[in-house]
Amino acid sequence: MRFPFRLVALLLILAVVLYPLVWMVGTSFKSPQEIVNNIGLIPREFTPGNFADGWTKFDINFGRFFLNSALVSLLTVAGNTISCLLAAYAFGRLRFRLRGIWFGLMIGTLLLPGHVLIIPQYILFRSLGWVGGDWPYLPLLLPQFLATEAFFVFLMVQFMRGIPRELDEAAVIDGASSYSIFRHVILPLSRPALVTTAIFSFIWTWNDFFRQLVFLSDLKDYTAPVALTLFIDSGSENAVGPMFAMSLLSLVPVFLFFVAFQRLLVEGINTSGLKG
Amino acid sequence: MTAPTLTPAPVAPAAPQPGRRVRRRQENLAGYVFLSPWLLGLLGITAIPMLISLYLSFTDYSPLIPLTEANWIGLENYRRMFTADQSYWHAVQVTITFALVAVPLKLASALAVALLLNRTMRGISVFRGLFYLPSLLGGSVALAIVWVSMFNRDGAFNSFLAIFGIEGLPWVNDPDWALSTLILLAVWQFGAPMVIFLAGLKQVPVELYEAASVDGASPWRKFVHITLPMLSPVIFFNLVLETINGFQGFTSAFVLSNGTGGPVDSTLMYSLNLYIAGFVDLNMGYASAMAWVFLLVIGAITVLLFNTGRFWVHYSDNEER
Repeated sequence: MRFPFRLVALLLILAVVLYPLVWMVGTSFKSPQEIVNNIGLIPREFTPGNFADGWTKFDINFGRFFLNSALVSLLTVAGNTISCLLAAYAFGRLRFRLRGIWFGLMIGTLLLPGHVLIIPQYILFRSLGWVGGDWPYLPLLLPQFLATEAFFVFLMVQFMRGIPRELDEAAVIDGASSYSIFRHVILPLSRPALVTTAIFSFIWTWNDFFRQLVFLSDLKDYTAPVALTLFIDSGSENAVGPMFAMSLLSLVPVFLFFVAFQRLLVEGINTSGLKG
Repeated sequence: MTAPTLTPAPVAPAAPQPGRRVRRRQENLAGYVFLSPWLLGLLGITAIPMLISLYLSFTDYSPLIPLTEANWIGLENYRRMFTADQSYWHAVQVTITFALVAVPLKLASALAVALLLNRTMRGISVFRGLFYLPSLLGGSVALAIVWVSMFNRDGAFNSFLAIFGIEGLPWVNDPDWALSTLILLAVWQFGAPMVIFLAGLKQVPVELYEAASVDGASPWRKFVHITLPMLSPVIFFNLVLETINGFQGFTSAFVLSNGTGGPVDSTLMYSLNLYIAGFVDLNMGYASAMAWVFLLVIGAITVLLFNTGRFWVHYSDNEER
């Protein structure tokens, strides 16, 4: 029998790839002493206390930060799915004046780096009293309700190209307006694209840092990633265990999404990228 | 008395089958109704801020003063950036180094693992999923925190080296090595391009390999003369995507240096430098100028990639792209 070279190579690479994740889980259960002197994967004694310490480490407990993250992520999902679907229906199915120009601009914004817009957006939102005010998440959410995430618009336009035109034409003959075609033909058939958009919106927003760092100024409004950076500031050796524990917790939702939608995630990115 | 109520029906324009022109007009209106959120976003979130940013780049604006009191200083910000700001050029150098090293390494790893996975074998989808996992987690603050701890003086990496009797360095605190740990974190996330390579590999016709085998071609020659050319559109796609992403790296550099770009500016990525200028030093006019140069450079690189792509990207259907 031939030596299973391919399998052994894959297993070796997998071990290297997964090592940091396993090490992270192990370290979050280690006591402060063990973190310094036991660098192995498995803690000698399990110390779940890191989770309690991390949870209450700051003036506001981590539950609030996770809730904030969940709120921002879920509302972003709502915003992206609704607004991008509306725009995609217009681009993919309707004939209107200047359509080509608008579509070109949409593609142009696909590659636009967010950093170019962050300063004027900050000035704009701050002058409206939205930074650190009563509506701390408006700067993060408003753009998502206005279909500015061009990637998802593009993804849905591509998807709609696959829905047979005959369905629309049949509906037109039956006297359906553009609105009822959207409601009764396109919306139900776009479910796969909506699910892909929803999952990626959630994960990307949950992981996002740059915008949340810029727009959130009060501790009580902090999302999990911004709150995690507080651990780096505090810097002491004793903070490592709690920091790992909270980092680990913050990755759990993404990991659950991965477990539940693995196929869709792996294939979703792929089909949206390749068909062009 | 029935006649008057019946007569309007035949001439009513809103009958079940409106005329072609009416239909067109309605569709035009519907198009703009559906597009309205996007149009608002384009205007208010993208276009107007871009123009404001362009204007700010010629001023000394700071958020401490009202926008109307910002002084017009012409090209001063740009002059300072190109001739007087050492840390700016340092940031440019760090960013280019990062992109030039991380992107090829990441794509090479992605392609290598994709080639290993491109077999019908049990458990392939499990491997594929697990290799993809870092791409989902790796951009987060949480993972950057773990990564930095791993390359600390007493981190997991040094204890691994100790097995072989090698004494490690405090990698993340060493100006010569800190950026390398960030590059490694980027390469670790090879799963996303790998998945795209895998899909591309499935498209290569088996007959090509069979014909080459008949001619006695070695595996290496098959790889160079069949796989690479057939895969070139996918390589190109990944290259453009990863290059643009690479230039925008922020989170890991922020976490490693606690927002400073240290040690000794060695992880001062362009966007981190821009963040410091705008939101720490509150020099928003200057930061806007940086943002515009960044935009132009990214645009130029994209155009350059597309132009060189013509010479090495092979589309089997000869379609204009």
